[in-house]
Amino acid sequence: MASVSIDNPMTEAQDKGSKPSVLAPNYWPFVMPALLVVSAVIVFPWLFTLWMSVNSWTLGQPRTFIGLANYVRLMQDMRFWESLWHTTTYTALSVVLPLFFGTLAALVFDAKFPLRGFLRGIFVMPMMATPVAIALVWTMMFHPQLGVLNYLLSFVGIGAQEWIYNRVTVIPSLVVVETWQWTPLVMLIVLGGLAAIPREPYESAEIDGANAWQKFRYLTVPMIAPFLMIAVIIRSIDAIKSFDIIYAMTQGGPGTASETINIYLYNTAFAYYDIGYGSAMAVVFFMIIIALSFVLLLVRARANWSDMESR
Amino acid sequence: MTTSILKPTRRSFLAASAAIGGAALIGGRPAAAAVDWKRFSGTTLNVNLVKSPRSDTLTKYLPEFESLTGIKVNAEATPEQQQRQKTVIELSTGKPSFDVVHLSYHVQKRQFEKGGWLADISGFLKDPNLTDPSLTEGDFAEAGLLFAKDAKGTLRSLPFSVDYWIVYWNKELFEKKGLSYPTSLDELVAAAEKITDPSANTYGFVARGLKNANTPVWTSFMLGYGASTIGPDGKINTLSKEAIEAAKLYQRLLTKSAPPGVSGFNWAEAQSAFLQGKIGMWFDGVGFAPPIEDPQKSRVVGKTGYSVMPKGPGGQAAGTFGDGLGVVEASTKKEAAYLFCQWAISHDMGARLLQAGAGVPFRQSILTDAKVREGVKMPGAWLDAVAGSGKVSKLALPVIIPVTEFRDIYGVALTNMIGGADAETELKNATAQFEPVLARSEG
Repeated sequence: MASVSIDNPMTEAQDKGSKPSVLAPNYWPFVMPALLVVSAVIVFPWLFTLWMSVNSWTLGQPRTFIGLANYVRLMQDMRFWESLWHTTTYTALSVVLPLFFGTLAALVFDAKFPLRGFLRGIFVMPMMATPVAIALVWTMMFHPQLGVLNYLLSFVGIGAQEWIYNRVTVIPSLVVVETWQWTPLVMLIVLGGLAAIPREPYESAEIDGANAWQKFRYLTVPMIAPFLMIAVIIRSIDAIKSFDIIYAMTQGGPGTASETINIYLYNTAFAYYDIGYGSAMAVVFFMIIIALSFVLLLVRARANWSDMESR
Repeated sequence: MTTSILKPTRRSFLAASAAIGGAALIGGRPAAAAVDWKRFSGTTLNVNLVKSPRSDTLTKYLPEFESLTGIKVNAEATPEQQQRQKTVIELSTGKPSFDVVHLSYHVQKRQFEKGGWLADISGFLKDPNLTDPSLTEGDFAEAGLLFAKDAKGTLRSLPFSVDYWIVYWNKELFEKKGLSYPTSLDELVAAAEKITDPSANTYGFVARGLKNANTPVWTSFMLGYGASTIGPDGKINTLSKEAIEAAKLYQRLLTKSAPPGVSGFNWAEAQSAFLQGKIGMWFDGVGFAPPIEDPQKSRVVGKTGYSVMPKGPGGQAAGTFGDGLGVVEASTKKEAAYLFCQWAISHDMGARLLQAGAGVPFRQSILTDAKVREGVKMPGAWLDAVAGSGKVSKLALPVIIPVTEFRDIYGVALTNMIGGADAETELKNATAQFEPVLARSEG
């Protein structure tokens, strides 16, 4: 980001035919404060992490340079690959489900009906609660013997489930919590989108005899697409870095069945105190996030573009 | 309360030190020096504790220490996991924010020693100006000294509280099936399976199934087979016949006789299941007992038996864990910090700990003091189980640096076993995974 703000005036200056070598020093005093802050809080920790990732360093023991050995170890570490898979499934589900339910809720709350404002207020409440507090409440609800969920299931003749206490159901159960908490956010974003939609296309569609589904599919969806994209980006970022709910509910268990990269990384660095290996993991994870961000930004640019074109 | 000539109270300490101080003033030299508790009056100490009933007892009576010594204490208590991380990170920086640290021996002993983070306090213990004569090395249970001394035999901390693993059992459920408390591990399995009746939501046995937390269950079983996870030669012993047998026992108990979802149970879930009165036996630390006899929290008040772990094919053993209080090497107030540690494990404080059921002091003189025993709120059987376990006490976790990894890696294997995986294969995988970790840590 920083480079963009520095580069832009320079290119503009070049376009106008001025000498950048004369202009650049004049810019420096303005750039310096931001540059210093960015260097201190972003660049330095980054370089330090990179440096630590090529060292073997466990807290309380001497540090030794080992080159790329941590990365080699990482590539052979099954637990890392598993955690990558858990992160992928958890993120995918935690994006798709809130997106689906959030859009549905936005369509419902966009319609006019009595007590709409009040009900909207109720609906966004989960979003305001502290994740750890939510996690603890849900953990109690998921309890196989004492939890209310199994009690409710017993009324409809479904046997007791193990929820977060079973390797197979743990990730879907965690996603339930994540979806419950973050559907309102998607709803709010999409609701904003719906409010901004012009009425005229609908009127002409009605004249053309379009039915409700056709109006939704060919008018609403394309027009709220940029908003959906924003929701996808925000949800993806949130879900991929999700830590609190998983840590508070399962700590990555049972076994390592819900261990995402974040949890494994945290355990490596702060429970095993293996700072070097943890740093290598952080570097790889960061690269994955960067790659994902590029993909999302690309898709977003496309969504905006097609939106412009349709107008 | 519990006063004797050998174990003076604060009042008699004060009186004695005043008398000796007076004698010194008139020029007479005291025949035996006594602890000058006021020597560091005005000092401020920072104490880092694990949040638990044990540290609660300390913080509750902190004003007594402050008025005894004139030392101001800032005590910080954080939950176990966070405290362990925080202290290690701070200590490794070389400038920790505390003078006294509460450490879990069974997890941190080797790590703290290798880091050189704890001060040598053996000199303090021998110094009559700093140490009350009632406090001697010989008073600590053997496990306590094993924990507190480093490989060279130097005392690095004062053993504070010991935790033996015992069996809590529901007498009512046992009686219903005409059973008595098992005398061997085989009988324990048989009893657990007899009591189990899923249609009545009743299960014979519960213990930790959650990764990491569950490893001591298996290592404690292993002790009953006469083996420990790391042999005396320092070699890893987790593929031995005993280790596999113990793992199979764990698998059998937790799949056939434990409530569903046990693979996510830590001690708290196991405890709450037991408190509901639907569990035959619960295997965990003695320190978790108090809620059992609390009618507000428990349906098994007065119906619970407390017993030493039954003997296995390799003998009887009670898995032992413990925590201690150490003076930080980087502290500039070592003597004052030592006074705090000494007060924390004093006869009076130990008695309070035991009587509240909050913990078991390592000091034998407290456990054997009839007056202290009278004041214990827990049933006599609990105290007997504590004393009985003390006789067959064995360290349940290996004294290595990567204890957390050990617990995590084998914990995952054990959780997989609850899910139906083959015990031997899982142990093989876990050992293959753990061996390089161990090699790296000591290499």
